[in-house]
Amino acid sequence: MEKILEVKDLHISFHTFSGEVQAIRGVNFDLLKGETLAIVGESGSGKSVTTKALMRLLPESNSEIKAGEILFDGKDLAKLSDKAMQKLRGKEISMIFQDPMTSLNPTMKIGKQIIEPIVKHQKLSKSAAKKRAIEILELVGIANPEVRFEQYPHQFSGGMRQRVVIAIALACNPKVLIADEPTTALDVTIQAQILELMKDLQKKIDTSIIFITHDLGVVANVADRVAVMYGGKIVEIGTVDEIFYNPQHPYTWGLISSMPTLDSDDEELYAIPGTPPDLLHPPKGDAFAPRNAYAMKIDLEKQPPMYKVSDTHYAATWLLHPDAPKVEPPPAVKRRQREFLEMKEGN
Amino acid sequence: MATTEKLVEIKNLKQYFNIGKANEVRAVNDISFDIYRGETLGLVGESGCGKSTTGRTIIRLYDATDGEVLFNGVNVHGKKSKAELKEFNRKMQMIFQDPQASLNPRMKVSDIIAEGIDIHGLAKSKEERKRRVVELLETVGLNKEHANRYPHEFSGGQRQRIGIARALAVEPEFIIADEPISALDVSIQAQVVNLMKKLQKEKGLTYLFIAHDLSMVKYISDRIGVMYFGKLVELAPADELYQNPIHPYTQSLLSAIPLPDPNYERNRKRKTYNPSVHQYTEDDDVQFREVKPGHFVQCSVKEWEQYKTQYAK
Repeated sequence: MEKILEVKDLHISFHTFSGEVQAIRGVNFDLLKGETLAIVGESGSGKSVTTKALMRLLPESNSEIKAGEILFDGKDLAKLSDKAMQKLRGKEISMIFQDPMTSLNPTMKIGKQIIEPIVKHQKLSKSAAKKRAIEILELVGIANPEVRFEQYPHQFSGGMRQRVVIAIALACNPKVLIADEPTTALDVTIQAQILELMKDLQKKIDTSIIFITHDLGVVANVADRVAVMYGGKIVEIGTVDEIFYNPQHPYTWGLISSMPTLDSDDEELYAIPGTPPDLLHPPKGDAFAPRNAYAMKIDLEKQPPMYKVSDTHYAATWLLHPDAPKVEPPPAVKRRQREFLEMKEGN
Repeated sequence: MATTEKLVEIKNLKQYFNIGKANEVRAVNDISFDIYRGETLGLVGESGCGKSTTGRTIIRLYDATDGEVLFNGVNVHGKKSKAELKEFNRKMQMIFQDPQASLNPRMKVSDIIAEGIDIHGLAKSKEERKRRVVELLETVGLNKEHANRYPHEFSGGQRQRIGIARALAVEPEFIIADEPISALDVSIQAQVVNLMKKLQKEKGLTYLFIAHDLSMVKYISDRIGVMYFGKLVELAPADELYQNPIHPYTQSLLSAIPLPDPNYERNRKRKTYNPSVHQYTEDDDVQFREVKPGHFVQCSVKEWEQYKTQYAK
């Protein structure tokens, strides 16, 4: 598979009054052509910061890319000038945000908002751009596009607004689409429609999607691959089946077992104890160690490297070290691992 | 555990806003159900369906337009003396969605928790008040050092624990939890849900759990009610509702939830709900009817007969 984007050893810090917050501490991943990569993790794990860095949307006044490369189309986005970045944003890489009301301009007709990137990047005439905008509105499933074109955001429902935001993001057929919790603010039935729409459009225009969410149900629905972030690092990455049925990192175990499934009725939910690490003073060892029931002495002292589980599956936990003791994952995870083995044998 | 004793009875409750104006909203439109002592009743539905309004009307944050809410057999709404109202307010408490917005940022945690204790005179001395606060903090998994801090010094999960401690301070029988975990991270959600379950077991609490996250609702609830446009369309025991959803809206809602299971997701077929499938006419008597023991559905007489032959075996 062709790599469309490579992130290498990315470090990002924020300078605050209380000191330097090391929000991203060495993130590596690739994005393949046409795939959907989901990034999951709790608030503060660095998932949004990583993707904002790809778009260079972090505030320059207090944030800094300390090290690392973001390779896209032979260019390093981390070092690109503002002007060059403006040419890319919305054309090659675009982004959908969580709240469609705040990402649309309430005083501008939605037609004008869709035309904006088309005129800027594709240098079309106004009438050609309008034709294209109406096409896109139709593509994202908005009825009466000619009428809707002249309306303002407040005349749209939440789901329809998110469709408009998607239309704007896809107006120039970007190679990469970053969706930061695009369905979190929506109801389940609307969420289902938007997810179906995104999958459908992805096939039509062959774009790669980075999908940020904390809803593992949504991840299971949309993702081809999943990256799990914790404390500013990717702790596990693999195909969606590998992450859901054969997770290796204790944090992934915790995430998966803390979600009730339809048959986990009477057993107590597995809750990850404690709270996320303070990245103002990042821990010396594995950031998850203080909350990890399986932590060993080395977890507190040294950060684990990425161990290879399969060609597509990597996890950063000392438990995968050849000398590590064998541990029993939580029951919910064991059940999934059994299913995984059966699936493999079934194939 | 759940009993068959009715703690709360909601009878033909209506809550309209902007009555008589062009923009009249029938947020809750004639719903009836009971909540049994010791159970957790989940209330689900899309935003705007009236589930939060129902909760708020039950606790008298809104004055009901029509209908009754009986708590322990006594009407919640209607004229009450100050003393009666106070007594009622102690028995019924609420936990809100956003713990940031529901805690006064200028009050110390100890004062937030003890506010109810002070109002109801539940502590005889300063020492007793302090002891109660510490006890409550420990019950919800915080400790006594937290008592002198302000809400902004806590994380979201911890703040929600403070909200729970405040609700528990006056020793209520019934707690309405309006989306108590929606604003929290997945790993923290499990902590709060486990805490709520534990407290229910220890103190015999009754919950009305309002949420839109259906997998969590199924996990915590004994029975679940589904609301759609101000109406309760289905009410059944949690497992029954998931295994045999009868109302087409419930079927559509359940088929829209993504589950953390890629294999299931690949095969999930989403159903859409179109209210016109019912083809109700003017003289159809559309009511909330019992199709199977304990399983109620909003339906016409014709549908009722059909559902009964189809599902009640």
